[in-house]
Amino acid sequence: MAQPVPFLEDFDAVLPGAGTGWLDRLRADAQEAFRKSGLPTPRIEAWKYTNLRRLARTGFVAAEANQTTEVTTVPEGIVALEDAYVAVFVNGRFAPSLSSLDGLSEGVEATSLAAKFSAGPTSLEGQFSDVTDLPMATLNTGLLSDGLYLKLDDGVALDKPLHLVSIGTAGEEPVSFHPRHLIVAGAGSVATIVESHVGSGAYFSNSVSEVSVGDGAVLNHYKLQNEGPEAYHLAANLVRIAERAVYDNFVLQVGGSLARNEIRSELGERVECRLNGAYLACGEQHIDNTTFIDHAAPNSSSREVYKGVLDENARGVFQGKILVRQDSQKTDGHQLNKTLLLSPGTEIDTKPELEIYADDVKCSHGATTGELEEELLFYLRARGIDPQTARGMLVAAYVGEALDEIQAEAPRAAFQAVVDDWLESRSERQG
Amino acid sequence: MSLIEIRDLHATVDGKEILKGIDLTIEAGEVHAIMGPNGSGKSTLSYVLAGRDGYEVTSGQVLFDGEDLLEMEADERARSGLFLAFQYPVEIPGVATTTFLKTAVNAVREHRGEGALDAMQFLKFVREKAGALNINDDMLRRALNVGFSGGEKKRNEVLQMAVLEPKFAVLDETDSGLDIDALKIVADGVNALRGAERGMLVITHYQRLLDYIVPDHVHILAGGKIIQSGDKTLALELEEKGYASFVGAEAA
Repeated sequence: MAQPVPFLEDFDAVLPGAGTGWLDRLRADAQEAFRKSGLPTPRIEAWKYTNLRRLARTGFVAAEANQTTEVTTVPEGIVALEDAYVAVFVNGRFAPSLSSLDGLSEGVEATSLAAKFSAGPTSLEGQFSDVTDLPMATLNTGLLSDGLYLKLDDGVALDKPLHLVSIGTAGEEPVSFHPRHLIVAGAGSVATIVESHVGSGAYFSNSVSEVSVGDGAVLNHYKLQNEGPEAYHLAANLVRIAERAVYDNFVLQVGGSLARNEIRSELGERVECRLNGAYLACGEQHIDNTTFIDHAAPNSSSREVYKGVLDENARGVFQGKILVRQDSQKTDGHQLNKTLLLSPGTEIDTKPELEIYADDVKCSHGATTGELEEELLFYLRARGIDPQTARGMLVAAYVGEALDEIQAEAPRAAFQAVVDDWLESRSERQG
Repeated sequence: MSLIEIRDLHATVDGKEILKGIDLTIEAGEVHAIMGPNGSGKSTLSYVLAGRDGYEVTSGQVLFDGEDLLEMEADERARSGLFLAFQYPVEIPGVATTTFLKTAVNAVREHRGEGALDAMQFLKFVREKAGALNINDDMLRRALNVGFSGGEKKRNEVLQMAVLEPKFAVLDETDSGLDIDALKIVADGVNALRGAERGMLVITHYQRLLDYIVPDHVHILAGGKIIQSGDKTLALELEEKGYASFVGAEAA
């Protein structure tokens, strides 16, 4: 007898836009593919270091079938942005009452995917990428229902950041949801998108974000993963960056029980792509950052700096691949992963990978792992600074170097505040 | 009561005995110099006094203002008024010099029951001290010692001493790597801190520094022991005759 398929078994909710031919087929094909593949196991190279066994055993119920918990306020822990458009999603469903999207200028469309499906699903036909080689994203396609739809017309500049807030919430029963976000930045447009992922209870957020950066556009995209301590967070980000565009991405992961953020970026010609991040983990947390930079055209540059701090029994994973295709001459690609291990129970698996087929390129990668330097600690202590404060200063400085990569000032300060909070709670735990 | 009293101090590094019985007493208001060839134990003495891990005291005693110094952790020693100017100050990327100074100053002030300085008070306080050492705001803003020249690092050490106002300062080869102009600035900074309440121990390989920071007493350290003590003329004599004659005399 066949094993029950997680997430698809007993799923009988009617999804938005059901009855539309292409959408039904898209979902059915994806469901079929996921039935065949199942959850990825460590036997698959890409999932070698992140094991979903515990997730598979949890017995999540689809959020669609479990609407018992209500959220009336946005919880703490999100990126503190003074002035932003806010799109809030609760268990993957757009929550208009918590959102504020008023005053968006002409040429900006920000709405929910479900609303788009209801209004007339034909407009979205062909907009969803083929993700068959990503099992979790395939599951997401199979249950495609809601998410952020953001479209910037050519030449439009968003006057303040758009803040996507995802709130996960579960009562007694663990719930799962699969949001799909579509972000289309037209040619020459300029925007900053900030994501905050927070929540409480045992929930599983399995999101896919598709980002298209048009010719000459500048898109800043910063994400905070600050999920609740029992949460699972798997996110796939598919980013296409067209000619002369600039994409500045930063991911700060501090929350969740098990979290993986995967970015696949495809670079056009003369693109500047920046994928940076930081991860801070303690307890039994498992945090994975997996990136793939595809230099698909010549004369582009990519820069990648990921820095992590692991404490107690936390485990980190960094997998970073850079592919430079044969015609992608004059590629400039640099990658660095550094992890600070604060206690003997921690573990980091880091796998940098360069695959280069062009001959006129500048590429480098590096990975370091280490403890706080005794010499630096002694210097601070020799000036009267107690060991706990001294360690805190050195850890903050370590992470600060990654945060410096964030190009937009206000988000950088807000992310810094999250790091400061983490460090403070760490020293309280120890104090 | 003496400011610092070192009695028959023995210390090992990696199991090897480096200090083999140091006796030294320094009174408040005095400046002592310790001179010695490479490998004589000069830096070990400074690290043992500052409390660095890995420098193990096997016997002997150090009294600091009557208290057992060796019982204290490195940061407690600093808060109690001991200061080590490092021979090789470390670079700490990501920690702004001002932030570092403020954290250190307030740690020491709180220990003394003086209350922390706020950002404005601190800036005024540090600027006053920094000006005298030719340290500008730009240097204060930069990450601690990162990209500083040798001279800038040493001036930064003296600035730290100036803002922390220690009772007892150990200057470990503060002259190393300095040209004559930088040496003068550093020496002026140190001399400005001389006072009736404060003692200093100047550790150096060369007599040159002692032309600028004139000591009350000079000791020669060789083979982990003080083999001769005298006044400032001892340094000149050493310069003239070289270490060999002194060390040789001891050996003979």
